[in-house]
Amino acid sequence: MLRGLLPALSLALVLIAIAWLNPRAISYFGFNLMLNLAIPIALATIAQMFVIAGNELDLSIGTFVGFVGCVTATWLRDAPLIGIVVLLGSIAVYALLGALIHLRNLPSIVVTLGMSFVWQGLAILVLPKPGGKAPDWLLSILSFKPPYIPFPILAALIIAAIVHFGLMRTSYGVILRGSGGNAAALRRAGWSLLRTKIVLFALTGLFGVLSGMALIGITTSADANIGNGYTLLSIAGVILGGGEFVGGRVSPIGAVLGALTLALAASPLLTFMHIPPDWQVAANGAILIIVLAARVLISRRER
Amino acid sequence: MLKANTDIVRLNGAEKHFGAVRALNGVDFHVGAGECVGLVGHNGAGKSTLMHMVAGTLRPDGGQIAVRGNAEASYSVARALELGIRCVFQELSLCPNLSIAENTRINHPALKGFGWRRKAADLIRAKLDEIFPDHGISEDDIAGDLSIGRRQMVEVARAFTLTSEPLHLVILDEPTSSLDAHTAGQLLAFVRRFVAAGGSCILISHVLGEVLQNADRIVVMRDGKVVAADAADVFDRDRLVAAMGGAEGHQKAAAEARKTEPGALRVRARPARQQDGKELVARAGEIIGLAGLAGHGQTDLLLAIFSAAARAKAGIEVTAPVALVAGDRQSDGIFAQWSIAQNIGIRSLTRLRNGLLISPQREADLAEFWKNKIGIRTPDMNNNIFSLSGGNQQKALFARALGSDAEIVLMDDPMRGVDIGTKLEVYDLVREEAAKGRTFLWYTTETEELDNCDHVYVFKNGRIVADLGRDELTEEKIIQSSFGDAG
Repeated sequence: MLRGLLPALSLALVLIAIAWLNPRAISYFGFNLMLNLAIPIALATIAQMFVIAGNELDLSIGTFVGFVGCVTATWLRDAPLIGIVVLLGSIAVYALLGALIHLRNLPSIVVTLGMSFVWQGLAILVLPKPGGKAPDWLLSILSFKPPYIPFPILAALIIAAIVHFGLMRTSYGVILRGSGGNAAALRRAGWSLLRTKIVLFALTGLFGVLSGMALIGITTSADANIGNGYTLLSIAGVILGGGEFVGGRVSPIGAVLGALTLALAASPLLTFMHIPPDWQVAANGAILIIVLAARVLISRRER
Repeated sequence: MLKANTDIVRLNGAEKHFGAVRALNGVDFHVGAGECVGLVGHNGAGKSTLMHMVAGTLRPDGGQIAVRGNAEASYSVARALELGIRCVFQELSLCPNLSIAENTRINHPALKGFGWRRKAADLIRAKLDEIFPDHGISEDDIAGDLSIGRRQMVEVARAFTLTSEPLHLVILDEPTSSLDAHTAGQLLAFVRRFVAAGGSCILISHVLGEVLQNADRIVVMRDGKVVAADAADVFDRDRLVAAMGGAEGHQKAAAEARKTEPGALRVRARPARQQDGKELVARAGEIIGLAGLAGHGQTDLLLAIFSAAARAKAGIEVTAPVALVAGDRQSDGIFAQWSIAQNIGIRSLTRLRNGLLISPQREADLAEFWKNKIGIRTPDMNNNIFSLSGGNQQKALFARALGSDAEIVLMDDPMRGVDIGTKLEVYDLVREEAAKGRTFLWYTTETEELDNCDHVYVFKNGRIVADLGRDELTEEKIIQSSFGDAG
């Protein structure tokens, strides 16, 4: 029980720390500012969560987000049709990767590590120098200011609700998670494991595309390296959110909470703590280790 | 003989090879409507292979399969399910990350759309209530959090749930291996009701009494062939064992009263939830049984003793090195990627060491010694552990414990799903080792095994409720104390 609450607890802890250090940050404006990049991080984390649900890992999600960003800032604005085709095509590539990994029984870490260089290279081809501009409709979506609730929080709620419903409540979501829990049992019950793997990878591609687009909608212009940090951030978010690397145990709500925690712990909290930027990355890692260690301790006690 | 059109399934001349091993060597087998067929044989006799074929998970290399008189050219799991043939496999096949209701959904493509969760929950709850009236399982429980016995109950109940697909034949492969006597009885009574209502069933069990009492017809397999098949009342225990090519001679050795003079104290332990002064005491050379319904604290106490050997623990005294033979061998026993020899040697690394490294020679010697002593059936001890059948894997785990320096061996219901021949061999070995001064603490769900013990403690709700000496030991007494209000 406590274990299920841990993602929410760690987020609350970070929020309390921020409120204590800087009460003014807990406001409509403050959240908009602090959670500036939370939407793309949450989407990338959800993307990663789908492959992890099938006992795989995607090491290319970061450069893929970067690639999508470059396409969004160039083709999607200048030639929308080509842009859409390229983005849909990249989702199809993800689906094919899933099929390849299943059929040839390849380790996904190796395949996606290779793909990370492919996406990086393509991103540089599309946008050799930082620049480009997000399409106006995308900019206006992401600068939406709903009343009372800051947009990043609203978006996180919507993302979590949709994915939770799709993966945790629908009947096919059960099959997708079951493929990570006991693939042999699923095969014996007559389900296609090829199909579950393709669907999981395609969903990763889809949410990777959404993440890249959201990122460009916020930063307004792109850079081939813009998403590189997202690979590890997304993995950490899934684990922080109560997911496990194997066994199909994942939680979409937890993953979104994990992503928000990471987004807040990354810079706002550390800045308020007057930790110099040089040390922020290390401090961020330390926070991650503390939370994960707490999780292990709690789940051991509950056993 | 039964007419062809009343057959649910019929296999003619079924063959299967795994590399050089002939798992099935031209087997004829059929199940009629409204019939419970008992299938017995040693581990590795080909029972599981045959059942995988009936269930459609394995394709025969030769021979035909016909369902209700129609030859099936491209038979598969999906086709078997469509025809109403289902299987409860010996290895548990629930998804540990999903709830009981969600696990039910996996076997029923029809459970979808709006309200499927409620339908799935109702379906499995009703079936659990019907088969195991006092099961205590909630349909929202996550499968991985349940005890192995309860997981088996869910799996059996799930196989009998009904949606759009028909249900004619259920294969039960060792359905009672993790169940205590009470729940096993409930299950077998349900099977009889199912068969009486016109369903068919294949019952595979190493508990011969179960097969003799519940099957209409018994098929005996040995070395990939059917060696005997007849109405159940033609067989008795001895004839079955003889047909299986069994170890008859061993049979009664267990009953011989063993002289035990109390040796040095080895273990003194009090369960964490014990409130009165009862405690478990084991001395050198004793075989101590832990009995009672499954999951009533026996395993917990064994694990507590095991950890007390490494680090002092309140209420538990252990005076010699300890080894544990795990019951859930897939998750707690076996190193899946390792060879048989490595799996045996892991408990004895200090002895196998040569300087900083493990001596391959000594490891091989140890493995070879136990291969011969305990009769592990394999051409090469360097093969992967999974090349062995289930019973032989369990033998390797025994070899791991007995080959070590441990003077105390904890056994956590290690014989589940092991054939009778292997069991008798291991019983002999346990008695032999006990005579040499080793101490055994033996948790078992099979009352027959307690005959090997000098002393039996009965557990209920995590406490010792009875303490029976060898001469007071009867099945009645055990059942009485496990259901009684004492403690």
